[in-house]
Order: sequence, then C-alpha cells, then structure tokens
Amino acid sequence: MESSQFFAISSIAYILAMVAYIAYLVFKSSTVGIVATTITTTGFISQTIAFFIRGKEFYDIGQMGIMRAIPLTNLYESLIFFVWCLILGYLIIEWKYKNRSFGAFVTPIAGMALAFIDITGMSKAIQPLIPALQSNWLLAHVTLSFIAYATFALSFATAIMYLAVTSEGKKSGAYIFWTATLGIFLVVLIAMGLDFFVAGEHLDEHGHMVKSGLFRATFKNASGGVAALSYLAALGFMFIMWKYGYVFKKIIGSFSISGEMLDDLTYKCIAIGFPIFTLGGLIFGAIWADQAWGKYWSWDPKETWSLITWFVYAFYLHARFMRGWRGKRIAMVAAIGFVSTVFTYLGVNLLLSGLHAYGGV
Amino acid sequence: MVDKKENQNIIDRIWSLFSSVTLAVINFSAISLTSIVGTIIEQQAEPERNIKLLSKFFGDSAPTVYKMLDTLGFTDMFRSWWFITLLFIFAANLIICSIDRLPAIWKVAKEPIKPIPPDRFNSMPIKREIVLKMRLDNAKNIVEAGMKKIGFASNQHEENELQFYAEKGRYSRLGVYVTHFSIIIILIGAVAGIFLGFNGSLNLLEGTTSAVAYSFGTAKEIPLGFEIRCDDFDVSFYDNSDTPRAFRSKLAIIENGKEVLKKEIEVNTPLRYKGITFYQSSYNFSSNKDALFLFTMTPNNGKQEDIQFGFDEPFKISGTNVTGKVADFSPALGMDESGKLFTYANLMNNPAVFIEFSEGGKVVHKQWILKRYQETWKTPYGIAVFKDLWGVQATGLQVRKDPGVWIVYLGCLIMGIGLYAAFFMSHSRIWVRLVSDKNNTKVYFAASANKNKISLEQKIDKLIKSFGG
Ligand code: HEM
Repeated sequence: MESSQFFAISSIAYILAMVAYIAYLVFKSSTVGIVATTITTTGFISQTIAFFIRGKEFYDIGQMGIMRAIPLTNLYESLIFFVWCLILGYLIIEWKYKNRSFGAFVTPIAGMALAFIDITGMSKAIQPLIPALQSNWLLAHVTLSFIAYATFALSFATAIMYLAVTSEGKKSGAYIFWTATLGIFLVVLIAMGLDFFVAGEHLDEHGHMVKSGLFRATFKNASGGVAALSYLAALGFMFIMWKYGYVFKKIIGSFSISGEMLDDLTYKCIAIGFPIFTLGGLIFGAIWADQAWGKYWSWDPKETWSLITWFVYAFYLHARFMRGWRGKRIAMVAAIGFVSTVFTYLGVNLLLSGLHAYGGV
Repeated sequence: MVDKKENQNIIDRIWSLFSSVTLAVINFSAISLTSIVGTIIEQQAEPERNIKLLSKFFGDSAPTVYKMLDTLGFTDMFRSWWFITLLFIFAANLIICSIDRLPAIWKVAKEPIKPIPPDRFNSMPIKREIVLKMRLDNAKNIVEAGMKKIGFASNQHEENELQFYAEKGRYSRLGVYVTHFSIIIILIGAVAGIFLGFNGSLNLLEGTTSAVAYSFGTAKEIPLGFEIRCDDFDVSFYDNSDTPRAFRSKLAIIENGKEVLKKEIEVNTPLRYKGITFYQSSYNFSSNKDALFLFTMTPNNGKQEDIQFGFDEPFKISGTNVTGKVADFSPALGMDESGKLFTYANLMNNPAVFIEFSEGGKVVHKQWILKRYQETWKTPYGIAVFKDLWGVQATGLQVRKDPGVWIVYLGCLIMGIGLYAAFFMSHSRIWVRLVSDKNNTKVYFAASANKNKISLEQKIDKLIKSFGG
C-alpha cells in the first residue's frame, strides 16, 4: 500500500473520532467513549505507518540519505505532522487524566487541519528538496516547531474549556470571549466542511494551492446572495453560541473536570511548548537562516510572527506572577497565543509574503 | 514596594518601574502589536508597493495614510528610533529586574536544606505516615537506602529524634534568571554585529578574482583584506528535471599572491576565512566572449582527448580534415509545441551548443549537442561529450562579517540551559522522621517541590510501597 492510502484512513478516522467524541460528550455513554478512543488510536497507528512509508518513498526519490528523507518539507507534510503530534499529545492526556471529554475539543482541531489540506488543494506530491532546505538545522527547526504548535493547540482547547467552566453571566468579558472564540472556530470548521462537500470540484488538478478554494461554498461564494447569507448565518450562529454557551458549561461540568485542573493543564502544555518553541522555533530557525542565507535574523514576516507568538506566551508565563491576572485573564492570553500560532503557521504563508521559501504555496 | 510611593524619590520610582513584571508585559504587548504592522507594511520597499496595498483598505486616501505611516517610521520600523527604544526599555527592564531580585533568589539557591521541627511536617504540601514493624536501627538503614534509590542522598540529623533530609535540583531555581541573562547576552551579540560587522554581496564570474565586496544598499566597496577567486560554478538538477538539487561554487582564497585555501561551497555550507563568511546565495548568467567550451572528443578511429575552444575558435577533429565551430548556444534549450527551439531559462538548466562542422571551407554537417542528453553526443566524426561551458556563470555570494554571532550563539546555548532548568527541573525536598514506638518504628514523610509535585508524590508512594508499609 502507498502512504496516501494510510493517510486517507487516518484522516477518515480522525473525522469519525471527532463525531464520536462529541457524541460521547452529549450522551455520556462509556461505550461511545471507548469507540472514540479506539477510532483515534487506529487513526494514529495508520498515520504513523503512513509517515514511515512516505519517508521510504522520499528516500527513493532524493537518494540523499535518511536525514534528507524525513517527510517534513512542505505545508502539506507539516500539517500532517502537526495533526500527528496533536493526537499523540491528546492520547497521552486522555490516558493520564482518565478523561475523554477533551477529545471533543481536540479532534475538531485535527479535523480542521485535515479539511484545510483538501479544500485548499495544496500539493500532496513528494517534492525533491531544493538546496536551501537540505539542512539538519531546518529539520530540527521544523520538527520541534510542530511539536510546540501541537502543545499550544492542546493548551488552546483546555483554556477555552477553562473559560467555559469558570465564566459567570452572559455579560462578563470572559464569557463573551470564549463563546466568540469557539463560535468563530466552529463557523470556520463548518464553512470548511461545506467547502469539502460542496466546492470539491474547484480543486486545481495541477496540485497548486487554490487560495480561493477556502470558503468558496460560503463567504466567498460566486453568488453574492449566498455569500451574504453565509455572513448572516455565521452571525446567527455566533449569537446562538453566546445565548446557549452555558449548556457547554453544564456538559463539561458534569464530567468532573474542575477549573483548577484545566488551568493546570493549560499551564503544563505551555510550559512544555514554550521551551521547545524557543529552542526549535526561534533558535534553530535562526541558526538555519544563518547557514543558508547568511543572516540569523532579518525581521521577515515569518520570523517576526514567531517572535510575536513567543511574546504572547512570555506574556502568559509572566502574567501568572502579576496581581489579579490568574485565572480567566491568562486563559484568554493562552487562547490568543494559539491564534497567533496559527497565523504564524498559515497566515503568513497565505496572507503575507516573505522570503521564507519554506512552506511556500 | 508600591505602597510607599509618597516617600520614594524619582530614582527609586524609576527603579521600581523598571524592575516590575507589569512593565515587561506592557512592553511585550507594545513590541508585538507594532510588529504586526511591520509584517503587513512591506519594509524598506518602494512607496508604490505599499500604497497599492493600502489602497485596498483605504481607497483614495491611501497616499495620505502612507505618508503618515512613513513619517511614523512604519515603512522601516525595525530600524526606527521608537522600536529601538522599545528594545532598549526591554533590555533595561530585564537587567534591572534581575539585579533587583537576584540577592533573594541567590540566597534560596545557596541555602542547603535544613532539618525541620516535627510540627512543620503537618504543613508540608506532601505528607505521609507509615509504621514499620521493626526496630529503629533496622528501619533507619532501610529508609536511608530507599531514599538513595530514588536519588536523594540523605543527610542525617539526630537531636531528640532521628531525621533524614535530602534535596534535589536546588540550583534549578536559578533557571529563570539564567534565561533572562541569556536574552541580554543575545542582545549584546546582536549589537556587536551591527557595529563591528558588515553585510555585503559579491558577484564573481568564473575565473575572476576580487579583493572587495559591495555593501547592501549603498553598494560601497568593502575591502576584504585578501582576494577571493571563483574557479567554477555549477548547478545540478534532479534527474534532468528543472528542480535544482545543488548550487556549488569552487572558491579559492589568495593572500599575498599565494593560494591559501580552496573550498567548494553550497547553500547551507558556507566558507569562512578570517572572520568573513561567504554564502552561496544566487547566480547569474552573462554572455562572455572569453568563455570556453569544454568537450571530451573521441574521434571515430582515434584516441579520446579533452578539448576546449572559445565562441569564435574553430577546433580540429584529430585524424580528419574536419573542423567544428560554435554557431549557437543556449543555456536552457527547450522546444515549444510547434517544434521551435527556444531558451527557457537563464540558468544552465539544459545547456546546448549548435556546432557546424566544415571540410575544405564548406559546411558539411550541423548538429545540436546537449549536455544532458547522451543521444545528442554522437556525431558523424565521433563522440563529442559536452562537459561544460566555463566562464559564463557568475556565482552570487553573500559576504558577511559578524563578530557578534558567536556571542548570540553562546546566548542561545545559555537560554537552552536556562529554559531546561526553569521548566524541566524542579527543586524537590524530602524530610523523613523516624520515631521509635515499642518494637515498631513510626515513619513520617514530608516533601515539597516547586514544580511537578505529582511526580515527587508518586516517587514517595512507590518508596513507601517498597517498604511494605
Ligand atoms: C521575552 C523575554 C522574556 C522571556 C522569554 C522570559 C522568560 C521567563 C520565564 C520562562 C519565566 C519562568 C516562568 C514560569 O516559571 O512560569 C520567567 C519569569 C519571570 N520573568 Fe521573565 N522573561 C522575559 C522577559 C522578562 C522581563 C523583561 C522581565 C522584567 C521584569 C522579566 C521578569 C520575570 C520575573 C520577575 C519572573 C518571575 C520569577 C519568579 O518569581 O519565579 N522577564 N521569565
């Protein structure tokens, strides 16, 4: 079998797992929970196999040794690796905390990343390494960055859950923040799901990124009416989120997850992710840039956004030492940190231009 | 600190402002928010580019908005006075904050663990109590060995009762400060690089030598202190495709007329000499009358020989009366759908040379010979292997001197150590009291850890289990 088949199995598994975890959250049936875990684990194993097969395929094409055959060289492969790390991190948490309810928050992030790959139609082909990418520093940089991104994604999930559990009253800032953030997240997820089913034929067969593929079915629809309707529906959805957000709170509350535990988990994820990001994302990236371009820091958009993300998490770590900042406020900082991470990762490539060849689409 | 504001003089106030974490996070926000603008507005770009970008958001008033942003320095913001000021405040904040807190933290880090009075056992974050069915002497040995096994070499204290106490990772408390210190080192290295180094470029045609580089932007000559020569430049491609696999330059360093160093560089493997680094960064193709075609010719019934010739220079095929002459050349010969030939790139993607063979002044045969395609090497007069066209490619080198880079790397190393200590190590302490109770021994455990309390707790529980308690 080829790697793409195993990747396909894992993608389907993660999307099914997302449904299963949400069903588990709603129905609280332990059978459903076990099914969800089994599906996720199957997907994870399949993806691990796929990763190795793709490495082998890569090795055969490049003929440059094992270190140049690690499939982490373009946006597609990095997204896949991100999902792999995220699921691994999640499975560890599920096993350590004996609690499955996080799954409903984590698997949608994985589902979103996978849907994003297909909707945008980014190239899945194995591309030979151009000279600038033939570097061990780059390899270490990319690997560690995505491990860090995955821990940040987990901290995002727990921070939002924390806010859901602890916020009181519909007018409080924390409540509005978490319902709005989760609302936008779900709107994007649903819009991407619609793209996936409705606008599939807009994919570019040449394997090139079609920027307009994203939101083709909704906000960027060719028909102005549909687009306007999509915005209205999104607003409506956000309103419903705000109005009935407390239901979430009840559901999560019924799983005996305390706010304290969520706060602690958020901190732990960031406490692992921050040093890894510093070392891998910033330092190794700088060393690579120095070797390849002769400059360890040039303030290009990708570097600058990494620095912004780093500062947001530094803010998080320091705010814990400031009076009145524990709890809800720093959970919001953690959530913003992940938004900044996503922008560093995708926004810079899709929206801003830079000299970074890596992940160029 | 804050409460005594009335009696503070101005210096004290500035000191307490600069030693506060609040200023630090305000500064993080300021740097981040302004940096966002700096990634949207293209830096150091032609005004038109940014005005075009701005007109998407501001329509007709884009030029005005641009002017405003330009005045505020946002078009070259990472060099603007106010951004440098923010970084300066950042550094001052870190330094003053560290000086302010170091004595206290140093005391904690230096102070070894001490035995604690029995009543404090109850107020410790981790506490356990067991009874060992043995006399104190035996219990003592078992407990001491057990502590050692989980990595805590115990001290012993005996006054009214026996107490063991041990600690691990005390110095990890300094991790945060090491991290902060490393940031200062990195900033020093960066500043050293800006003031003591240079950044330039150099285009070297194959076969030529230069004693200077040209600084970016101003194109001013920078003397290197030695000479550098490019012997060859070469691009290789993946399996005859147009995806480059490697860019290589053969460079030689010449000092006082003597060749002192030869090295082949690639992207990601630069050449360093006397503090100056040469990076493979680009390439150029320039037609050059002095260029040489390098061929290996095997005439039909003759010996193989290497030959070289220029554009206007006929060459003889040994053993015959035939001469060849270059009539045309393309660095990247391609064919369009109608079969017409054209040059599709200015890199040596697919070098091809068109040779006219003549005998007695009359052209008798014409043929394209392509470097990549073996089929085209066969001619009526023998095999002509097209090896290279030498002297038309120029390697684009980035030339940099940065004496601060090692300081920056040292800072990065220190940061790695500091972060490891701050996040992955903890200062954990254990106290154990042993109290004789008839033939049994009561054992009280107390422990604390500044990080990862759960793991210490699990260790202690495992230890207790191993005592069979
Ligand atoms: C972006 C630059 C900075 C980084 C990466 C950084 C990193 C850190 C880290 C990792 C911690 C430990 C947090 C934890 O254990 O949860 C910390 C704590 C701290 N930082 Fe920073 N820091 C930075 C800048 C600053 C600045 C400018 C100040 C100046 C006030 C500062 C003051 C402090 C203080 C007071 C603590 C608390 C130490 C303690 O009580 O344990 N930091 N910092």
